[in-house]
Order: sequence, then C-alpha cells, then structure tokens
Amino acid sequence: MPAPKRNKEDKRKTVASFDIRYTRYIDKDGQVVGVLPDVAKDPDALISLYRAMVLNRVFDQKAIALQRTGNLGTYASSLGQEAVFVAVGAVMKQQDVLVPYYREYGAQLLRGVTMTELLLYWGGDERGMDYAGPREDLPICVPIASQIPQAAGVALAMKYRREPRVAVTMFGDGATSKGDFYESANAAGAWNLPLVFVVNNNQWAISVSVAEQTHCKTLAQKAIAAGFPGEQVDGNDIIAVFDRFSAAMEKARNGGGPTLIEAITYRLSDHTTADDASRYRGDEDLSANWENEPLKRLRQYLIGMECWDQRREEQLRKSCELEVEQAIHAYLDTPPAAPESMFEYLYANLPAALTSQREDLSRRLKDRCQS
Amino acid sequence: MPELTLIEAVNKALAFALAADDNVVILGEDVGVNGGVFRATVGLQERFGAERVLDTPLAETLIAGVAVGMASQGLRPVAEIQFMGFIYSAVDQILNHASRLRNRTRGRLSCPMVLRAPYGGGIHAPEHHSESYEAMFAHIPGLRVVIPSSPAQAYGLLLASINDPDPVVFLEPKRIYRLVKQEVGDNGDTLPLDTCYTLREGSDVTLVSWGAMLHETQQAAEQVANDGISAEVIDVATLKPLDMHTILDSVSKTGRCVIVHEAARTAGFGAEIAAQLSEHGLLSLLAPVKRVAGYDTVMPLYRLEEYYMPGVDQITAAVREVLEFG
Repeated sequence: MPAPKRNKEDKRKTVASFDIRYTRYIDKDGQVVGVLPDVAKDPDALISLYRAMVLNRVFDQKAIALQRTGNLGTYASSLGQEAVFVAVGAVMKQQDVLVPYYREYGAQLLRGVTMTELLLYWGGDERGMDYAGPREDLPICVPIASQIPQAAGVALAMKYRREPRVAVTMFGDGATSKGDFYESANAAGAWNLPLVFVVNNNQWAISVSVAEQTHCKTLAQKAIAAGFPGEQVDGNDIIAVFDRFSAAMEKARNGGGPTLIEAITYRLSDHTTADDASRYRGDEDLSANWENEPLKRLRQYLIGMECWDQRREEQLRKSCELEVEQAIHAYLDTPPAAPESMFEYLYANLPAALTSQREDLSRRLKDRCQS
Repeated sequence: MPELTLIEAVNKALAFALAADDNVVILGEDVGVNGGVFRATVGLQERFGAERVLDTPLAETLIAGVAVGMASQGLRPVAEIQFMGFIYSAVDQILNHASRLRNRTRGRLSCPMVLRAPYGGGIHAPEHHSESYEAMFAHIPGLRVVIPSSPAQAYGLLLASINDPDPVVFLEPKRIYRLVKQEVGDNGDTLPLDTCYTLREGSDVTLVSWGAMLHETQQAAEQVANDGISAEVIDVATLKPLDMHTILDSVSKTGRCVIVHEAARTAGFGAEIAAQLSEHGLLSLLAPVKRVAGYDTVMPLYRLEEYYMPGVDQITAAVREVLEFG
C-alpha cells in the first residue's frame, strides 16, 4: 500500500499573536531602572503623591485600630497597594467616574470622598455612600466583579452623550475569574468604550493565590481576548502606575477605547479584619514582600532626588495623623441615622403598601422611648 | 383609535418613550435590526438609530449591569432579556444593585431602569422558555414588578414603568402577545403602577389574577355567570408594591376569594395575597381562600404543558367550592 502523500506546504500559520508589556521605572531600592517619564522629574507632583499614599496608610492603620477596639465593623485594608490607588485617583479628572470595589481608599480620597464617609460605611451607616464630593461615582461594591458591568454602562452613557469623560473600574485578581469581568471586557472592546480596567493583582483572593485562580501567565492578557490592550505595571512603583494609567486614560478620552492595566502588588494585610492570613500564607512570603512596598520605594527615590528628609517625613506623618484623627472624631460624633430612614430612600416615593410597616417601626420606637 | 395586539402596544410604548426623551435607550439581544425575537422592538432601530436601540453581546449579566450603570448616570435604559428563562444571571444586578442603589447612596444615585422579559407558558416553546418566576422578583425590596394583561395595559403600564424613577421588572405574558386586539390610543398616556385593576364587577366571589391567566379567569367568570354566580375579577397588574386595598375592599363585599396563577403553588405570589387576606380580611371571609396554581413540579416540556397550566375548569371548580363552603 503506498504511503499517503505528504503535503509539503505547511498549511498552518499564525493568525494572531500577542505580547504583554511590563513597566517599572523605580526598583525596590528607589533606583531608576528605565527612561523616566516627566512625572518622575517633578518633585512637587511626587511629593503630593507620596503624601496621598501616606494618608491612605495612616487612615488604614487607624481604621484597623478602630475595628480592633470595637468602634468599626469589618474593614478591608489597603496595605501595600497604596501606589495603585493613589495613582488612579491622582490621574482621574473630576468629571470622570470611578466604579470601585472596596479597598481603594487612596483613589476615593483624592476624588473627594471623605475619610468620615469611608468610616461611616464600614461603621454600618449608608450615609457613608452619599459622597459629598464625587456625586456620580459609584459606591463601594462588595459582591466581587459585579461593579464591572456597571462601569461598562457608565462608559456607555458617556459615549452616548459624547462627553470627553472616562469611566474607571478597579477590582482584584479574583474578580478576573468571574463572568461579570469577561462579559464587560468583551462589551468594552465591542463598543470601544471610554473605560479603563485596573486590576489590583495583590496575589490573593482571600486565601486563593493567583496561581490557583488561573493558569494564565498574566491577567493583562485577558484584555487581549476581549480585543483591546492589556499591560502590566509594577504596582509598587507609583511612577509606573501613574505613567501607564495616564496613557490609558488619555487614549480612552480621545476615543481610543478601553485598556486594562494589571498592577502587580501584594496584599500585605489580611483580606479584611475578619480574616487571618496566617492560615494560608507563610511569614517568609510576607516579609519578602514588605521589601517591595510602595511607600518606602518612593521615599527612597525622593531622598535620592534630595527633596525629602527625616524632618519632612515626620511633619507629613503628623499632619496625616491629625487629619485622620479629625475624621475619626467626626465619625464617632455622628449619631446613628433615624431608624425610619431605612424606608426613606427605598423608592423615590414610599408606596402606600409600605406605610404601615414604617408606622410599625415608628410605633416600636415610641414604645421604646416610653419604657 | 388603532387596534393593537399586546406586542404591538409594547412596540408603540417604546417608540413613544424614545421619541419623547433622549435619555431613553433600548438594549438587549437581537433588539436592533431583528426587532426582537417577538418583534417588540421592530422598526425602532431604523427610526431611532443604533445608539438608542442597541444590540448587545449575548450576556445577560452584562445587559442588566450596563442598564444599572447607565441609569446611575441619569439615562433611562429599557433592557430586554429575551426570555425569562435567561434572566437569572441578571438577578445579581437587580437584587444587589438596581433595587438598592437609591437606598445605599441615600438618594445620591438612583436606578430608573426597566428590565423587560417575556414570561410564562402555553406557546409550545423549548425548554427553559415557559416558566413564571414573578414571585422571586416580588420578594426583592426596592423593586417594582409589573405584569400587563391586555394591549392597553401594556402600553400604559410600560410607559409608566419607563417614566418611573425606580427600577421596574416588566414581565410580558407572551402567550397573549397576539391573542387579542384592542383599541389603544398612542398618546403617551400612562396607567398608575400602584393599583390593582378591577376588570369585572361582581358580588359573590373575588377572582384575583395577573398576566395571561386573566383570560382563563375572565372566561371562568363568564361561565359561572350563566349559573347566576356574580364574580368580580381583579387584575393585580403591579405585584410589587401590592395594592392590597382593592383586593380587601372586594373581598369585604364578596366574602370569597380565588387566586389564579400559572406559577408553581408553593411560595407563589398567591401565597402573599392569601396571607394578607388572612391578616387583614379574616372577618370578611366566608370561606377559605383558594388558590388555582401550577403544580410544584418542574414546568414540563410542551407535550405535557396543558396538564400543568391551570385551566378554566379548575377556576370554575374552585369558585363553586368556595361558594359551597359552610
């Protein structure tokens, strides 16, 4: 039997390929490792970023202390991820809209959310989501990834109205496993939305590591599957996050469509105050990652630029502590909302079907006062 | 006045809303060039453009989430889920976000969106195309659940839902999409959302239903009238918030009540009405409240569908039963 003829011409060809860029300008010792962007040469800009990072960290430390002393509910910490949050908040314009998850206080504070509002939220008070500053920002979102399709809707509204605005949504590594993320990324690509996705890849979704979460080498490449660019930045290098996020924002604002930025960070804290990370990760991993933490890195770079010293550091810490203390006082001094408020904002106008339930609550309150 | 089917009335209401308010945007699967699989949006993309009548990727969580995001920024999205059987992945957005956004932000943001979906059995559709899970949505605080039962109602209630400042799940009984024609004035008039509608006045028994099952309910009322039984027929129309006053007033007059729904019996919306009747109307009742409902089975595929769906005979039998009690 004759052997089947072999087709000498190879019919296979590559029809698509991709690569993922990784950006870092400053290494963990504050040393320059690339051609620096302009922001890295502007001491005033860097110092204001540094101040926002320190404020984020001091707020975080004091919020945890409040929780440990019974003055705050479960709280999700920012520790170690401040560079990503602050860069996002600093680059966004006021008219843009942030669609957050639940630990990016550095971004929210720069957008005008107050620390008192954040404390009220984690202290069990809905008024903590009535941001006096960024009126159109979405509030903190707890169900993982469910804010991402909303961000697509916010961006679609901006595009529909032909406004030069950009929606930014942030989420963690775990969120990129959810359909909400994939569906939204796909739509952002299909509709060329003015939307920037920022993945805070802090290596842990509570106890599940990124390696257990996905077999993808990067999370940034998930954007490629949706038809738009994704890239990685060193999330502990605020100059890298600032630079690449700025480029993504500018592109989106100019009609260039979405970008996904995967910021590589490390969650130095427990998942929340209700978590104990020592159950699933070792001290060695943690202490190794403290070496990379973002505040130290920028501080060393600033010292290298000769625009920072111990005295200024101490002054900054003190001023941040004072600012946080004032917010804590305002939070602790805020009396609980009227119980009837649970009915007040349910609908624009309370339906007649609910008036008897509201009256029941009022009656219970009256009885309690009398007894 | 033109005579319209229910689906045509939906189309007219959507067209009116699009013409009246630039903030209204329609989105969903196949709503554009195709005009929707039931033709609810036929001709609308042609007339209002692809930005306002937007075909989405095939992703229900996305559709609902995008609608929440748009509504949070002041648009009035009207999103279509192709069949109720595909709505469940959108429930996260409805339950965790749409229905809570106003409350969570103390009124800073709101969610004036409508989620439309055809629902219910009786059209020999494939698997997952025939269920009635309206009670699930009626359980969610902060939401409105609206179900029209006629072309005129579909027009007026849908426009009211689009104008409403809060999220509305608008379930369309697809079995009666083309069953009857009715004169509908296409003048933008809305119908109130917080009220039941008395479709027929009577003095002996109150029949309460909604959606497609009102057709069987009204036929049953006709039949028992031949035997001298005077049945009042109430169309709930807005399941949430529920106008219990109309039902209680009627039962205080008749003393007897039969609730008819296609959905499974246990924890169906009829249970809520029966519970409220016993809480607030016990002394008016001359007989136990009776439910005529679907069985607590999985909705059978269509060869057995007719054995699942409550029919006129079951309703008339229930009427006689409550009249003969005591």
